[in-house]
Amino acid sequence: MASIKLHEIAHCYNAGKGTGVDYALKPLNQSWDNGGAYALLGPSGCGKTTLLNIISGLLRPSEGRVLFDEKDITDLTTEQRNIAQVFQFPVVYDTLSVAKNLAFPLQNRGLANDVIERRVAEVLQMLGMQAKANLKARGLNADDKQKISLGRGLVRTDVEAILFDEPLTVIDPHLKWQLRTELKKIHQQFQHTMIYVTHDQTEALTFADKVIVMYEGAIVQIGTPEELFEQPKHTFVGKFIGSPGMNVLPCELQGSDIVVNGNKIALGRPVSVSREDSKGLELGIRPEYVKLSADSGIPVDITGVEDVGKHIVVRSKFHNIDVNIILREGEDIPGNPGLIFEPSKINLYQHSYLVGTG
Amino acid sequence: MKPLNNKAWFMVLPVLVLVAFSAIIPLMTVVNYSVQDTFGNNEFFWVGTEWFQELLTSERFHNALQRTFLFSGLVLLIEIPLGIFIALAMPKRGIGVSICLVLMALPLLIPWNVVGTIWQVFGRVDIGLLGHGLAELGIDYNYTQDIFDAWLTLIVMDVWHWTSLVVLLCYSGLVAIPEVYYQAARIDGASRWAVFRYIQLPKIKRVLLIAVLLRFMDSFMIYTEPFVVTGGGPGNATTFLSIDLVQMAVGQFDLGPAAAMSLVYFLIILLVCWVFYTIMTSYDNDEIGQGRQPNA
Repeated sequence: MASIKLHEIAHCYNAGKGTGVDYALKPLNQSWDNGGAYALLGPSGCGKTTLLNIISGLLRPSEGRVLFDEKDITDLTTEQRNIAQVFQFPVVYDTLSVAKNLAFPLQNRGLANDVIERRVAEVLQMLGMQAKANLKARGLNADDKQKISLGRGLVRTDVEAILFDEPLTVIDPHLKWQLRTELKKIHQQFQHTMIYVTHDQTEALTFADKVIVMYEGAIVQIGTPEELFEQPKHTFVGKFIGSPGMNVLPCELQGSDIVVNGNKIALGRPVSVSREDSKGLELGIRPEYVKLSADSGIPVDITGVEDVGKHIVVRSKFHNIDVNIILREGEDIPGNPGLIFEPSKINLYQHSYLVGTG
Repeated sequence: MKPLNNKAWFMVLPVLVLVAFSAIIPLMTVVNYSVQDTFGNNEFFWVGTEWFQELLTSERFHNALQRTFLFSGLVLLIEIPLGIFIALAMPKRGIGVSICLVLMALPLLIPWNVVGTIWQVFGRVDIGLLGHGLAELGIDYNYTQDIFDAWLTLIVMDVWHWTSLVVLLCYSGLVAIPEVYYQAARIDGASRWAVFRYIQLPKIKRVLLIAVLLRFMDSFMIYTEPFVVTGGGPGNATTFLSIDLVQMAVGQFDLGPAAAMSLVYFLIILLVCWVFYTIMTSYDNDEIGQGRQPNA
């Protein structure tokens, strides 16, 4: 196993064609510690898969170097890299049995038959598929097929890292949770470096120790799930993570007070914002930290109420800006409502980037 | 018990009438001929199974049948692997795709008798590019006199004419394979052969079945090209079943034996196609059967 380092990696798919560089992945530096569980989170088309394919060698980056344990492997082929990758859609070798599918990567690497047999038996047990070992892979359902795809990575003894490219997309919702738990267990047991690409925040937050949020070909934040929730470094992260996402309101700064459309919010303590330019300021606050009170706070119009079970989401409008509020059970919507923000949970953004916390 | 509703029969009646006129009635006419004898003048005599008995013991029929099987077998053995190979070598994207597809489709657009004429002239020793060229090189080649040369000409001609069909079918199967399979194969360290054996071949199996059936049926019924090129000669060396049949029916006007032969010919094609189909799909059924086992 190895740590993976990406040095000034960038990629554009139309390199050398036409004019102008259209980066699918903007230049970035990132290291992945040996044995870490990472999630790459971001909307479709933000460069997650590109980044993954660069690590596995399916794609050669147009700029930068890939290092495994400080060794430059940028020019090595996928076959030489000892990386396992599980794709969005399960890939199985239809005509081979489950056991033969698992043996396939080992046979290609010319391992001895008794070693192969032992490894396959181990992985079958790990995946709980002993009973299906001799079935043809074609007849299996999607989640078993995806398990085999995963198993072909696990069966190898030389694997430095396992990459997952939205592996649970085609899996039934009730099995997703189960498979994710199994993955987590496998990670704890074998300590492979795992990088898990997803656009589903629940998946990312439950799977990984560290979540990397990508947006428009760049990494916008790396952090623990808690950091991403409490202090999103970019308004995109705030909006993307959480359900509903963070409320973002344009604001101004007057001393230590935040002014939202003429409504003053006392922060209670000064914030450090670069004073030269106070334009493009925005206030970010999680719906969880907004309260509704009668006859005080920032007046809003309630436009909708959704009961999602454990809490109630109140949709409101404030000068054409949507503001969501989460009410705990038992709390009522007062007449003539106003918004009260919890001062310590307010984040300040300038040009979408975090500049101060409450 | 549900009450039977026979109205549905009226719904299929138009199709039934159409099929009757286009297939059943002509076929029955042949069946009718096959059990009768005629001396012209539209007079027929009942002979029972005599023509069939005669046919099955006829050396002429057996020889023609063997020649036809040999021809079909050789054609399949060459065209199927060659077709797969060319399809694999064809580009998957870019301008080359259109060029290759057009080039591949060209031989298929030429009418059979024109193909025959082209090769008949091409192979002639006196004026043909191929025949004369070979003669100049000192190779003794003459498809009108040498049995081996005649067969070689016909087989090369058929390969030239019909390999494209196999190529196009296989190519359509190959381009339908998602890129992710190749990526997974690279992750698994698969060799080129393993990729072909475990990804490409299984994925093109269905179109390959169609290719094999079409090429078998077509080559087994081949008539026009050998008729134009060799006329069944030298001697009877390239007299396939179809040529023999036409000689019997049109040349000798033996309607009864010709009808019996047509039926046997038809049944052989049907039987062989069924065998091919069963062999090539038995693997699938086996898999589906296993897949349906209850989850253990």
